[in-house]
Amino acid sequence: MEYIASIGAAFSEMFTLFGLEVLIGGMLSGVMYSLVAIGFVLIYKSSGVFNFAQGTMLLFAALTFVSLTERQVNPILAFIITSIVMVIMGIIIERTVMRPLANQSLLSLFMATVGLNYFLEGLAQGTWDSAVHGIELGIPSEPIFVAEYVPWLDILVSKFDGFAAAVAIILVVGLYLFFQYTRTGLSLRAVSDDHMAAQAVGIPLSKIWAIVWAVTGVITFIVGLIWADRLSVSFTLTWAVLKGLPVILIGGLTSIPGCIIGGLIIGASEKLGEIFFAELFGGQGIEHWWAYLTALVFILIRPTGIFGEREIERI
Amino acid sequence: MYYRETGQKINSYAEDRRMVPVREDRWVMWAFMVVMFIVVPLIANDYALSAILIPMMVLGVASLGLNIATGYNGQLSLGSAGFMCFGAFAAFNVLFRLDWMNVWVAFLFAGLVAGLVGIIFGLPALRIKGFYLIVSTLCAQFFAEWFFNAYPWFLNYTSSGVAALPPHHYRFLPFQDQIFDLFGLEKDYNAYIYRYFITLIVTVALAVAAKNMVRSSTGRNWMAVRDQEIAAKVIGISVGKTKINAFFISCFYSGVAGAMYSYCYIGNVDFMIYNLRRSFLIVFMIILGGLGSILGSFLGAVFVYGWPIFLTRMADWIFGGGTLDTAFIENNSKIIVGTFIVVLLIYQPQGFAGLWNSVKFRLRVWPFKT
Repeated sequence: MEYIASIGAAFSEMFTLFGLEVLIGGMLSGVMYSLVAIGFVLIYKSSGVFNFAQGTMLLFAALTFVSLTERQVNPILAFIITSIVMVIMGIIIERTVMRPLANQSLLSLFMATVGLNYFLEGLAQGTWDSAVHGIELGIPSEPIFVAEYVPWLDILVSKFDGFAAAVAIILVVGLYLFFQYTRTGLSLRAVSDDHMAAQAVGIPLSKIWAIVWAVTGVITFIVGLIWADRLSVSFTLTWAVLKGLPVILIGGLTSIPGCIIGGLIIGASEKLGEIFFAELFGGQGIEHWWAYLTALVFILIRPTGIFGEREIERI
Repeated sequence: MYYRETGQKINSYAEDRRMVPVREDRWVMWAFMVVMFIVVPLIANDYALSAILIPMMVLGVASLGLNIATGYNGQLSLGSAGFMCFGAFAAFNVLFRLDWMNVWVAFLFAGLVAGLVGIIFGLPALRIKGFYLIVSTLCAQFFAEWFFNAYPWFLNYTSSGVAALPPHHYRFLPFQDQIFDLFGLEKDYNAYIYRYFITLIVTVALAVAAKNMVRSSTGRNWMAVRDQEIAAKVIGISVGKTKINAFFISCFYSGVAGAMYSYCYIGNVDFMIYNLRRSFLIVFMIILGGLGSILGSFLGAVFVYGWPIFLTRMADWIFGGGTLDTAFIENNSKIIVGTFIVVLLIYQPQGFAGLWNSVKFRLRVWPFKT
């Protein structure tokens, strides 16, 4: 009886100003997850491969940039060099790993990226080192006192999260424009729809895949920088992929707006769950499996995600 | 003498159903058993037992569990370490709280507990297809890590969070104290040699059981659901039951492996060792060893676990002691294992077991080429 009362109490606590602050904070941190998810979706949209190595690509990019700047390389030059490195890495990965496995089952492709993930982990930490590096991008991280602008809304919003949200919006809008209004974007959509038909129409598959992986490499780099500012460049960055996973599963593997929606949902539910419901389960730290539980519930209702394409199964 | 099955006549249904039909294969199998049961205990030192043989066997059983769900049934699971965790804690609590309990029943109980947890987290498989199932298994993994941290009762409120396992937990014979007194043996029940035998017996039993399950209609159902789910449904196989079945047995194996991991390998119960990294290592083991192969699970476990040790030993032997530092070994192992995974997936999707099968095939037709 007491337990039900405490569930009720937890629920009602959510509908306070503090609850609103947690909700907004959660949604904004969820945007960080969406940034990771965008990388996944890009590759899945174009080559049908779920790239598990996204996390280590994040780490590799951030580690390269940080190691270069620590060796007194001009930050802008380091940015350019790292972007080039990521582009080359993307092309190499596409050539050596994806191309030979092009007609295998999705499970094989996924496991190849899992193996690639492990490989890149060793490579990143072997090439540079495994120490923890800090990064300073000059993004302000003080909170905004919303009460100064809207008198009755006495909550705090983090500037850093706002910046990340702005980057995410720019990325999403930019990608949307790219996919809808450029020729290359059109080719990418054609390839993702049916790559044999695209080939039949004359779209050069290898070039398109190379472009996709290269673009994803650069986006991963940018996302990696933002995450690194939040978390600092270390091995834990690779676990970003585990945060991005529930996001794409909710939003649908082929939808970029779905990434944002999924990120908002996961971020919000994670923080709300942690703050308000953790005591009911007897402890702290329920964040991780709570996010996956949320994704699980969504998938049970809609197995391919909110915006995902319905797969038609045939024998 | 050639390695052929010609001339080996079958005179009864029982002989037809043999697990190892070719006589030469049986010789190899029995020779291997003799080596493992008799030769190794006589010549192996504690290091070889504790750091090489026992962990390889334990991880082999864990890989076998995962192979049943993923290789034979197509349900990718990234939470094997979480189920191992449930098994380890179940065995600990039972051996700790019940005086009459012995290790065999404790491991069985561990398997059952893990299997039941597996069914709960496997229920979404009825609605979610193959790849999306990693959500459920990752949920299980994180849940296991959180659960045993949040409820210290399971560790008997040990303040350090790690429970060392005292010798009196290792009850593997009836009237153990009296027998040991009779033979004048020391009562250090958690000595590596006893742990080795416990692990060996459990591993052999589980491997034989798995081999037979795979040969039976259970295994055929698993593989049918993996290959063509809709067609399997059409011919009357209950897909839901098959998937839950596979999950239960897979998690049973993981649970027993988890209990063995704590009791026979590490010697402590600690939920931190059953982390996501362990789950991924087990996935690598089955990918490298061969999905859908019993032998493959063990080969993969030997390779993934043994490569860093091999590398260190080789470097020490060639260049003298302590040449390679741990960071290098770790990174190198990751690079090598990652490369092997990709290369094997491209050129030999059946992994090391596939390589072994081609070798066997070559031997079978020798001195001819094909």
